[in-house]
Amino acid sequence: MSQESPHFRQPLLRTPFHERARALSQIDRFIPWAGYTTVDVFSSAEQEYFSVRNASSLFDLTPMVKYRITGADALRFLNRLMTRDIGKLRPGRVAYTVWCDDAGMMIDDGTVFCTGENEYLVCTAERQLDWFAASAIGFDVRISEITEEIAALAVQGPTSYALLKGIGLAGIERLKPFEHGNFTMPGTDGAITLMVSRTGFTGDLGYELWMEPADATAVWDALMRRGSSRGVRPIGSQALNMVRIEAGFILPNMDFVSAAHTLRIGTERSPLELGLAWLVDFKKGHFTGRRALLAEQQRGPLRQLVGLDIEGTKPAHNALLYTERSGRREAGSVTSATWSPTCKRNLALAMVDAPYIATGSLLWAEIYLNRELVWERRMVRARVVERPFFAPARRRATPPAEF
Amino acid sequence: MSAPARSRYDAVIIGGGHNGLVCATYLARAGRSVLLLEAAGRLGGAAVTREFAPGFRVSAGAHLLHLMPPGLLRELNLGAHGLKMAAAGLPTVALSRDGQHLLMGGRAVPTLSSADAQAYTEWRRLLGRIAAALHPVLNEPPPRLGTDAWSDRTALMRLGWRLRRLGRRDLRELLRVGLMNIHDLLEERFQSPLLKGALALDAVLGTNYGPRSPGTVLSLLYRLAATHGSDALSLPEGGLGAVSAALAQAATAAGAEVLTSQPVARILVKEDRACGVALASGAEVSAGVVISNADPKRTFLDLLGAEHLDAGFVRRIAQLRTHGVTAKLHLALQRLPQFSGLDAAALRGRLLVAPDADYLERAYNHAKYGEYSQAPMLEVTLPTLTDPALAPPGQHVASVIVQYAPYRLAEGWDGGRQRLTDIVIDTLGAHAPDLRQCVMASELLVPTDIEREFGITGGHWHHAELAFDQFFMVRPVPGATQYRTPLPGLFLCGAGCHPGGGVMGLAGRNAARQVMHEVA
Repeated sequence: MSQESPHFRQPLLRTPFHERARALSQIDRFIPWAGYTTVDVFSSAEQEYFSVRNASSLFDLTPMVKYRITGADALRFLNRLMTRDIGKLRPGRVAYTVWCDDAGMMIDDGTVFCTGENEYLVCTAERQLDWFAASAIGFDVRISEITEEIAALAVQGPTSYALLKGIGLAGIERLKPFEHGNFTMPGTDGAITLMVSRTGFTGDLGYELWMEPADATAVWDALMRRGSSRGVRPIGSQALNMVRIEAGFILPNMDFVSAAHTLRIGTERSPLELGLAWLVDFKKGHFTGRRALLAEQQRGPLRQLVGLDIEGTKPAHNALLYTERSGRREAGSVTSATWSPTCKRNLALAMVDAPYIATGSLLWAEIYLNRELVWERRMVRARVVERPFFAPARRRATPPAEF
Repeated sequence: MSAPARSRYDAVIIGGGHNGLVCATYLARAGRSVLLLEAAGRLGGAAVTREFAPGFRVSAGAHLLHLMPPGLLRELNLGAHGLKMAAAGLPTVALSRDGQHLLMGGRAVPTLSSADAQAYTEWRRLLGRIAAALHPVLNEPPPRLGTDAWSDRTALMRLGWRLRRLGRRDLRELLRVGLMNIHDLLEERFQSPLLKGALALDAVLGTNYGPRSPGTVLSLLYRLAATHGSDALSLPEGGLGAVSAALAQAATAAGAEVLTSQPVARILVKEDRACGVALASGAEVSAGVVISNADPKRTFLDLLGAEHLDAGFVRRIAQLRTHGVTAKLHLALQRLPQFSGLDAAALRGRLLVAPDADYLERAYNHAKYGEYSQAPMLEVTLPTLTDPALAPPGQHVASVIVQYAPYRLAEGWDGGRQRLTDIVIDTLGAHAPDLRQCVMASELLVPTDIEREFGITGGHWHHAELAFDQFFMVRPVPGATQYRTPLPGLFLCGAGCHPGGGVMGLAGRNAARQVMHEVA
């Protein structure tokens, strides 16, 4: 990651894949993400979307913030920090988890990789050093931010397995969902070692590749070369956003704002409100926010994130939700919305007030349509439905099928 | 050292300082089975009398009794438990280099210019009225804001009513000066540098602040609130340790079991509730509630452990300002030094070396940079004048509070200790030229020593700095107010709680009431 000019002239970093991505970017749509410049759209979000669902996609997730956690108390530290029982996480496994502040409000979500006894890798959406450092008081633990030391690439889609096998990752067929392991592939200057995890943000068959930045372009080139027959395509954030909504995954600053950043009282969200109660293990012992979450659980939810199936084809971006068509009484609002080309449904994630969170509840969404600068307002039916909206069996099959 | 008589108690109290003993007494009187565990071989915490040189004894921590409210003394009936005063109503003498000392406090009328005399009378009346209005605040748990609890609302209403009753002029003045620094306020009202120095000393004594630090008016008001505005000082016979002995006797008489040399290793937790303590001896005692007289850092970080607490709370505890800046010098004197211009009656009280407010501010400057004061402010008592039994016949003890002596001394306390001792002797010697010849032995307790001897993290008198951000409704930190802690079944009763340290005892009584209120 050589930086030719001083940081103040180029405040956004470039990932090791940047040159490859820039060469393939047809419309020059880059956006900042966690201090890096990354691709929003390479050519068209829809085309990129279909590469995830019908072929293979490459998504550069180097900007994911990464921490290495080691030390005699690493497990105790993580168990006090996270809502899930990290003690159940064996070496070679990955867990999706969240962490909260004292009030039980979400700070961030992320993945924890157990790489050995008391050795973990934690991937987060936003920087967490301050909170991790506070959480480390009283624990013998070493926390290092290693975001720049690891280049990361998501390879997702039905042909992703065949593609990885094609570049020579021997043994990849045995990797089960939420497992990770080290694999080697042939490179021009000898073998390249990668850590591969069977994880992703698409709800589809897919992998994430973690490598030395120096190996990044070689891996990218091998995937693109080998993937031409597998329909591989680099994708940007927009396409990823469509598939993650189909998979029912939440995104910080879209579906919730970190309690570390909220200023207004009442805008923070708890994991119970975000529908993540399954990640909260009240039986494992104390963790930050446990007492507050227990009280919330006993009191019952005030609101909850639900999936909506919305009438029509127009995505209900930011729509307010009402209990009746008249729009007299509000019942919540949409946080994420997309038309799902695969499900052929108009989908949304929405934060809905407690009386209306049950599956099957009928609400009304207020959608504004811009018809050549003539705005129209539509009140359409929005029904609370189960999530995920899209969950193909292929995502779990081991060994995966070679499409 | 004996083992606990039972395996289970209604309440186990960690620490036998005066607040722990007061708490134990109230709980035991209410019919609870109480076990108090003190780590040291003697009770009393920093209210203790011990030998510091062969044949010489001294109040090793606090050396005057003036903050314990008369109501509490009556309720505890300490007189019946052996507490006798060697002297009461003692004056304060602000020492002057020119021998024109200022006698004040107690029943003394200071010799001042007519302008200063009038200002001083007004000042005492104003502070007296404010102190009387604030005093009830010390007697109850501070209310919390934003709760639905009726007790919080009524406590806030009572506070509002008491302030309102001060009247428009006094309330306006309180709001104006409440968060000011004492230096500016004294400049407004007085001329005499000596008077300003002496009054400023009371505002900064025991705090990590100088007279120009904001909030020093508040710390003065607070000190006065405890005594209803009275500045009368008492010396118990046998030193402050006699107070602790009487408190221990009161606790035992009430039925509490009090054990010394029984350090607690940790607080036991079961199903997210404090359920007892493990002793360093290996034994475990189970309890309905655990009440800690130890400072907040020791209680939460050492005895309980961060893993039982939320990270944000632990960070607040870790960031609590707990570094003391006050040292204590004990001098064994072969005879009474000749203090120029002071009669025997004046010498019985407390002597202040605080010639003017700037002197104190300069003394404080050093502390900011990890140095001890080159010209420290001093509060001196000669307890053997009223209580000769503390020293061999004809010989005397000087007990000197020395400020500022920071916990973290840049040069390290190994060498610093002797140099500071010499500075204090020279500083006081300016008023008693033969002092150095009288000194047979000396002992200097710097904050690191206070931490070690009394088990107070940081060696701060009040366990945690008495400053606006660690005060009243947010003392010691949000989440641990009202003597409660985030862990059910664990309570605090020490100086780290409202209303703070000094040998006052109110934290212990308020905590006992809170425990009885919550745990039927």
